[in-house]
Amino acid sequence: MTGKIRRRVAVVGAGMSMFVRRALETGRELSYYAAHQALESAGVRLADIGAVTMATAPDAFDGVHMKGEWLLDGAGGARKPYLRAYVGGGSGVFSIISGWTMVASGLFDLVLVVAEEKMSSCQPHPQGAFLTIFDHTIERPLGPNLLWIFSLEQQRYMQTYGIRNEDIALVSVKNKRNALDHPAAQVAANLTVADVLASDVVAWPVHRLMVSPISDGAAAIVLASETVARRLTDHPVWVQGVGWALDTSYWGNRDLSYPRYVEVAARMAYEMAGVTEPRKQIHLAEPYDPFAYKELHHLEGLQLADKGKAPEDLAAGRFDRTGELPVCPSGGLMGVGNPIAAAGLMKLCELFWQLRGEAGARQVAGNPERGVAQAWGDLMQIGTVAVLGVH
Amino acid sequence: MARGTPRVIDAPPRGLLRGRGLRDEEFRRKVSVTPWAPALEYGWDAGLAIGRFLDGLQDGRIFGVRCRQCGRIVTPPRAFCELDFKPMDEWVELSDTGTVNTFSICYVTWDMKPLKRPQIPAVIEIDGTSPRVGFLHLLGGVPGRTVEAIRAEISVGMPVRAVWKKPRDRTGAITDILHFAPSGRRR
Amino acid sequence: MNPDLHAGGARVWRGTMPVEFLYTAGAAGERFFDTLRRRDVFAVTRCEACNLTYLPPRLYCERCFDDLSATWHEVPPVGRVHTFTVVRIDGTGRPLQIPEIVAYVRIDGTDGGMVGRLLQVAPDDVSIDMPVRAVLAPRRKRRGIIADLLGFARRR
Repeated sequence: MTGKIRRRVAVVGAGMSMFVRRALETGRELSYYAAHQALESAGVRLADIGAVTMATAPDAFDGVHMKGEWLLDGAGGARKPYLRAYVGGGSGVFSIISGWTMVASGLFDLVLVVAEEKMSSCQPHPQGAFLTIFDHTIERPLGPNLLWIFSLEQQRYMQTYGIRNEDIALVSVKNKRNALDHPAAQVAANLTVADVLASDVVAWPVHRLMVSPISDGAAAIVLASETVARRLTDHPVWVQGVGWALDTSYWGNRDLSYPRYVEVAARMAYEMAGVTEPRKQIHLAEPYDPFAYKELHHLEGLQLADKGKAPEDLAAGRFDRTGELPVCPSGGLMGVGNPIAAAGLMKLCELFWQLRGEAGARQVAGNPERGVAQAWGDLMQIGTVAVLGVH
Repeated sequence: MARGTPRVIDAPPRGLLRGRGLRDEEFRRKVSVTPWAPALEYGWDAGLAIGRFLDGLQDGRIFGVRCRQCGRIVTPPRAFCELDFKPMDEWVELSDTGTVNTFSICYVTWDMKPLKRPQIPAVIEIDGTSPRVGFLHLLGGVPGRTVEAIRAEISVGMPVRAVWKKPRDRTGAITDILHFAPSGRRR
Repeated sequence: MNPDLHAGGARVWRGTMPVEFLYTAGAAGERFFDTLRRRDVFAVTRCEACNLTYLPPRLYCERCFDDLSATWHEVPPVGRVHTFTVVRIDGTGRPLQIPEIVAYVRIDGTDGGMVGRLLQVAPDDVSIDMPVRAVLAPRRKRRGIIADLLGFARRR
């Protein structure tokens, strides 16, 4: 059960940097690009901002110890109440939850939420930093890499429900195509399922084109209390519900075919948002898609598809931008890119633009009124969810 | 508080977005780049439960623990049940056989260099543990290198048996089990 | 990674985090180092509204968040010792043959400064607010990184 929400909280501005493989800019400069654009779009100055919350993944990716503090000035946090919100790969969506608590509690009227990642600094591959996520005594001696856990989970998902790799490759096709309309996109492409399956097998059943790229980038939003939001804009987008849940790092001790922690997080957010029939009441979704199958897995956890049935819905066009429930109309991590925390917040930027009818070529039809964004992370153990809507 | 009239900016068109992507050549040779190679070395304590588990592996035995509250039997062992928050101090010896929960066929190293002979990581559920209690290890003893050849030999739900290092080569490590191999036993 | 035993038989695992880094100087840093490579000056940015001159230069004002990417100036590489310390051991704790003097130098005409070694001066001769100038590597040897700034020397 969740407590009563004290005050309503609205998103009133959003901004991003380009998502690129290797940025010239430092992480602070990328943060500034996104944060500055979010403030501009909200029509507020940094001086108006009461507090800043920053999401960014492990220090070892950027190679800056305590990088929350290092990034602070680029995020507008100088001489302000400032906080790094961190729950692994789920941090991007968690950042809005962190900011939401600051506004809903009555502590602040305007909070700037920023997310950044600069993974290109890490050589020879950011996986070097990720390796230490595996248990040092009973997993690392086996020589694991990041791809293992994804391919193991995908295989179990496929086996449990009889899903074919063709069905999963379609996520890459859809998202990379959607990303052709996203101005920040790093890996947009017009591909076919055959192209995806013709790409190298990196860790069967995962092919190279089913994996999101390594990225540098930043995203930001501005949150406001109801009174301030109404003063700033005629089109606030409300944070209707938030939820998060974490499971243990004993990832081998759970049913890999279904992300229960995502369900727990979603149910918390839906209850707060008054969503009782998610499939009817949610009009677009931005689930986390660092690997192609994860989008389907997460749609099931989010209660937006039956267990094992998301691939059928996808094949039937239900999740196309023109479909009944557009999924990752932004292009997602598979198309726009995956600067980890920034990718999660990018999804909330997309909901903001979509719900205001400002998404341009990416705009989904039918004046959507409510959307859900979700992020996920670490040893298949984190679910963070936010429901945004126009009412 | 607002500076001028609040503006409604459309989702940023490309011209408004900043961030300059560098080609690999530019990144490595053209712009100012400072290298750093930290020497990060750690000594991680195995801890009480895993320490005893490793002692068992050195003897060619797989130990698990049972939760006095929920009755779950898990391996690798842990000092407390994360669900009940009760000590898990009832030790049980398990067999060295189990079932493949899931597996993968990995053709790259962590730094994305190609592997000639793929690794076959798997989640193994050791016989005698509670349902859905598996751990990471490798499958081996399987001929072939292609996805097709390996999949012809290995499947989810298949029974497997630990293949151990020779006793004198064991060090009390997870790698004292070289890999798990198909046991040929029918389920 | 190798297993090891503590006294008393407790097992410990040794391992590394295999990471190396290549840091870009960034959009502002690129201009700073490019300028320093060609000429003996520091490139700085300035926020008129806040009356702040940033060194190291920044693309933005941290106070008002104005974009400073079109506010570049150059200042001579001279300033005063704001504070200093005499370092007698290296990073691993071994004694240094010759102690090093590390100073934070405020650069004239800016609100910032640089950390650098004080060169050609004995510890007893250093004082707070001592005027110094940057000692730069010979121009043809500059690489566009902070090592181009060898340190600071007393200015008379």
